[in-house]
Amino acid sequence: MSDILPLRLEGLSYAAGGRTIIAPLDLTLAAGDSTVILGANGAGKSVLMRLMHGLLAPTTGRVVWRTDGPRRRQAMVFQRPVMLRRSALANVVYALDAAGVPAGQQARLAREALAEVGLVHLAHRAARVLSGGEQQRLALARAWALHPEVLFLDEPTANLDPGATREIEAVIKAFDVAGTKIVMSTHSLGQARRLGDEVIFLHQGRIAERAPIEKFFPQPASPEAAAFVKGELPWA
Amino acid sequence: MQEAILSGLALVATIDQRLWEIVALSLAVSLSAAALASLLGLPLGAAIAVGRFPGRQAVIVVLNALMGLPPVVVGLFVYLLLSRAGPLGELGLLFTPPAMVIAQTVLVLPIIAALARQAVEDAWREYEEQLRSLGVDGLRGAVTVLWDIRYSLLTAVLAGLGRASAEVGAVMIVGGNIDGVTRVMTTTIALETSKGDLPLALGLGIVLIVIVLALNAGAHLIKEAAQRRHG
Repeated sequence: MSDILPLRLEGLSYAAGGRTIIAPLDLTLAAGDSTVILGANGAGKSVLMRLMHGLLAPTTGRVVWRTDGPRRRQAMVFQRPVMLRRSALANVVYALDAAGVPAGQQARLAREALAEVGLVHLAHRAARVLSGGEQQRLALARAWALHPEVLFLDEPTANLDPGATREIEAVIKAFDVAGTKIVMSTHSLGQARRLGDEVIFLHQGRIAERAPIEKFFPQPASPEAAAFVKGELPWA
Repeated sequence: MQEAILSGLALVATIDQRLWEIVALSLAVSLSAAALASLLGLPLGAAIAVGRFPGRQAVIVVLNALMGLPPVVVGLFVYLLLSRAGPLGELGLLFTPPAMVIAQTVLVLPIIAALARQAVEDAWREYEEQLRSLGVDGLRGAVTVLWDIRYSLLTAVLAGLGRASAEVGAVMIVGGNIDGVTRVMTTTIALETSKGDLPLALGLGIVLIVIVLALNAGAHLIKEAAQRRHG
């Protein structure tokens, strides 16, 4: 059912200002399982996702999708979404228009997407005056409207309170149920467990470990991941 | 002094025909110059903000420096261009309102372009990643950003208009301050003050300040309303 997956990273590395941020790595992401990228600050989580999404050009190596021209089949939700100074609905319509969706379908698809994230009642409100949680849900609606095969999320709930976080997680689950491949970085181990099927643990720009979620948390195989899980869960 | 202020106010209150013509010409010249400079300066500023080309930093430094161009030097420069022996002398524009528009356009173009460059660059830093993620870049991205910060750009345009309507040196040189033809508020104030006709000078001064105030108040209200509506 997937056209653009699997995604293969071949000898991918990234350096900026003489500093290696991602050391050369190989990685294959298949359709299906939700992938959570964990790691300390500065481990390279955001950079890795931007490389996969195509926002950054790799220093070496390649990002290879199964088919060409995948730009419109993948979407990304950032830690802090950027909304245009127009209504919530118009922001979704803008994304549809940019993706080349015919004008006749844009309004309907945008409404459906807003309904999916529970923002229909705010459709005509200015996007920039919405709360942080609402803006993040709007960012998810913008992605939902495009029906992407892959959705990248870069710490999507880092700035949100628990209530808003729950709402965001529910929408991410809905993407998963609808068949979208989830690739998400997070700082919350609880969130990783709630949403992830597998963990990729980054340490100083390298993949220290890749494991199914039910294996990773009880017994991380790498010493770095063990220390991370222990440090994050001092009570465990 | 008090008497002069009172007669100045009286002159404004009765809207003397002569005064009205001077005000109208001033507005026509400065608004045209600001409009022309915006037409050229906003895209120019946006292009410098978004573009990546060698010598970009030098261009920005020069552009910022040009914000402080002395009006008399601009006037002299345009005078040389338009004078009989100059490269554009054929057009016969010297000492006409179009010459004044050209001079003021040259004067305020760097102001509008430099302020637009700053505003667009700040916004672009915020928007770029999101827009590229949506598959938007190049011209479409620039247009999106310009439209999104249109109320901030209003400030740049107003700064240009304020500068244009307040300067005296450039219009004096290329316009010649000819009564009924190229006499504007600032040149009249300079002339009448040196002649000792303080009431007219003061009347015009008051009108000038009121116009500048009204323009800025209007722009401020528009920005406030937009802020409330769009965030």
